Amino acid sequence: MSAQTAEAPSLLRAPVVSRESAQPSPSIPDKIVVRDLNFYYGAKRALESIDISIPANLVTAFIGPSGCGKSTLLRTLNRMNDIIPGTRVDGEVLIDGRDIYAARTDVVALRRRVGMVFQKSNPFPKSIFENVAYGLRLNRIARRKSDLYELVEQSLRQAALWDEVKDRLHDSALALSGGQQQRLCIARALAVKPDVLLMDEPASALDPIATQRIEELAYQLKSSYTIVIVTHNMQQAARVSDRTAFFWLGRLVEFGPTDRLFTNPGQKLTEDYVTGRFG
Amino acid sequence: MATASPIPHFQEELEQLKTRLLEMGGLAEDRVRAAIRALVDRDDALIDHVLSGDQPINELHIEVDGRCFKLLALHQPMAIDLRAIMSAIKINTDLERVGDLAVNIAEAARRYLRHQPVKELIDIPRMADIAQAMLRDALDSYVRRDTALAEHVLNEDDVLDTLKTDVFRELVEFMVHAPSTIEPGLDLILVSRHLERIGDHATNIAEDVIFMVSARDVRHHAPHS
Repeated sequence: MSAQTAEAPSLLRAPVVSRESAQPSPSIPDKIVVRDLNFYYGAKRALESIDISIPANLVTAFIGPSGCGKSTLLRTLNRMNDIIPGTRVDGEVLIDGRDIYAARTDVVALRRRVGMVFQKSNPFPKSIFENVAYGLRLNRIARRKSDLYELVEQSLRQAALWDEVKDRLHDSALALSGGQQQRLCIARALAVKPDVLLMDEPASALDPIATQRIEELAYQLKSSYTIVIVTHNMQQAARVSDRTAFFWLGRLVEFGPTDRLFTNPGQKLTEDYVTGRFG
Repeated sequence: MATASPIPHFQEELEQLKTRLLEMGGLAEDRVRAAIRALVDRDDALIDHVLSGDQPINELHIEVDGRCFKLLALHQPMAIDLRAIMSAIKINTDLERVGDLAVNIAEAARRYLRHQPVKELIDIPRMADIAQAMLRDALDSYVRRDTALAEHVLNEDDVLDTLKTDVFRELVEFMVHAPSTIEPGLDLILVSRHLERIGDHATNIAEDVIFMVSARDVRHHAPHS
C-alpha cells in the first residue's frame, strides 16, 4: 500500500476528485457518509482525505488498481482495520448519522450491523447449519430451537443456497463447492440481520457460473441491504453495481452512477482506467 | 449446481429492450396505416394527425439506443446476446425511418388532395398492405427468433418492388396523356416509393433477425456464413 505522490503521474497533482461527480443523486438517502478520512499503515498514508456518501439499498462498487486503497476503505466501514497493528485512522465514518469511530461504539454490535464477506470463503469447520446458526446463538438472536431453524432457513434462502443444501444441513460446510461456500458465508452474514453488507472481492476465486450467482445475489439483496463491493474486475462492477467509486493511490478520483462512469467518466484518469490504458 | 440459476437481471433487461422495440414497431405500423388511409379516404384531419404524431417514435428511438448503449457498456454481452443488441440498434434505426416515411406519405397525401384524383387507388393500398405485413412479420420473426418467417419477409420484398414498377408505369401513362395529372401523379409515385422503402426497412430487420439467430449474414446476397 503506497500513497507516494512522487510516483504518481502528473495528472494526480491536479485535484482529481470532482466534487460534483462525488455527489450521487440527492433523492436516495445516504446510509454511510465518510468525511475527510485518512488512514495510515505506520507512517504510510493509504487513504487521503476520502469524502464519499454511500446511498442506502443500492450496490456501490469500489474499483481501482492494486494498492489504491479500495479494500482499506471497505474495512474502515466496519472497523475491520482495528485488528491490524500499527494502523491509524482520522476523519469520520457515519452510518445512519452516527460516527462509528466514536469512543462509545460497540464494535461487536457494529460488525453485526455491517456484515462482511471476504475474498476467500471462510466457513467454520462445522456443519452447514451450524455455520449459519453460530452468529444467531452468539448474539442470542434465536432463543427457541424452532426460531433458530426458521432463521437458518431464511438466511440460506436469501443467499440462494437453500435448495442446494436443504437435504444435507448437517454435513460439513467444507464439503461444499467454492461458490456454495461463499454463499454460505453470505448466509452467515445475513443471519444476524445486518443492514450493510461489505463484500471484498467475493467472486475472485470462483468460476464464471459461481461468479454470476454471487453477482445476481448482490443484485437481489440490495432491496433489503446496502451493499458495498470491492472488485478488481471492472466488468463485475459494471454488471452488478448502481454506483461506482474509482480510487487511485489512496484517493477517490471519481464517484457516480455506474452507467455514467463506464460510458462517460468525468475524469481522464477514470477514462484511462476503464478503457484499460493503465492499471 | 443442483438448482437452476435465477434469470439474470441482464436477461430481464434484454426482454425489456425487446418489448420497447415491439411497441415502436406497433407505432410505426399504425402510422403507415393511418397515412395510407388518409390518402385513400381523402381525410385531411387524419393527415394532420400523422404529421403531428412523430414524437412517441422519436422518443422510443432515443430510449432504445440508450438501453443498447448501457447494456453493451455494463454487461459486455457475448454470442447471441451480443448479436441481439447489435440487431436491436439497427432495427431501432429502421423503425424510426419507417415513422419518418409515414410522415413523408402524409405530406405527399396533403399535396395530392389539392387536386382531382388521378385514378382509383388500387395498387398503392395493396403495396401498403404488403409493406405493413412485412413489417409485422419481420418483428414477429424477431420476437420468436423465427428465421423461416424472416426469409419469407425477404421474398415479399420482390413483390413490393414489382408493384412499385407497375404503379410507376401506369402513372407515367396518365401523365403523358393528361398533363394536369403530372403533379398529383408525381405524388402518388412518391408514395409508392415510400412504401417500397418501408419494405426495404422490413427487409433490413429480417436480415438482422437471421444474423441474430443464426449468425448468418445475408445482406447484399452475401454467401451464408
